[in-house]
Amino acid sequence: MFIRWSAAVAAAILLSSPALQGASAADKPTDPQIAHIAYTAGVIDINAAKQAQKKAKNKDVKAFAEDMLRDHEAVNKQALALVKKLNVTPEDNDTSKALSKQASDKLAELDKLSDAAFDKAYVANEVAYHKAVNSALETQLIPSASNAELKSLLQTGLKIFQGHQQHAEHVAAELK
Amino acid sequence: MKPGRLASIALAVAFLPMVVPAHAAIIEITMENLVISPAEVSAKVGDTIIWINKDVFAHTATAKNGNFDVTLPPKKSATSVVKKAGTVEYYCRYHPNMKATLKIEP
Ligand SMILES: [Cu+2]
Repeated sequence: MFIRWSAAVAAAILLSSPALQGASAADKPTDPQIAHIAYTAGVIDINAAKQAQKKAKNKDVKAFAEDMLRDHEAVNKQALALVKKLNVTPEDNDTSKALSKQASDKLAELDKLSDAAFDKAYVANEVAYHKAVNSALETQLIPSASNAELKSLLQTGLKIFQGHQQHAEHVAAELK
Repeated sequence: MKPGRLASIALAVAFLPMVVPAHAAIIEITMENLVISPAEVSAKVGDTIIWINKDVFAHTATAKNGNFDVTLPPKKSATSVVKKAGTVEYYCRYHPNMKATLKIEP
């Protein structure tokens, strides 16, 4: 129950954050903010994967964490290369802050669990987290991005995240 | 025609049957931006598939029926020879939203 609730909170944070709210052009996140949000979303999943590598017991869960680490590091490396090329400085913002805060709370919560309970909670959170990020990418970040290269990187990011969501759902189904 | 040219043609003809059996084809399947293309391709038993991963991410080509499972590191390619006839659906284990079909004729 708690897991479902926190997924809803994550989605709410992503979708109702002041930086992402409203239909008027002035309220749209800027490219430097979008770059920061996307990078932060990657870092969060990398940190979650590092925790899972230390704590997970199930071999599929361990392998999944390794996949997350590898993919998100690759995406963020591309993101860094792009912002450098475009001469854009990622700009911290309320959405990034809310995401980071929520993620560190989650890390602390998962840290108290061990063995099968940890495995289950980590994978369930991965499903919920990727779902929330996908929804933010689709409905807010991609439509708001003005630079074509940034938009295309976000679109690749969306496909990666959608893939991870399905992968996480498979792992979750097998843990049951 | 110069003798050297003739010799190299003779050499090529002599070696051709060893390199590529007369009926076998080489089929390229590319993974780029998490898309497999072509999404559907026909092959014959004995054909060679060259799997090309253009992404910075690792992918796999994993047959649902267990007939093959090729792992492709970032920016790498691999080859495999088609062994069994049938329509095989395959996907990437890391990104199951990457899906495609291989139709293999006997
Ligand atoms: Cu893949």
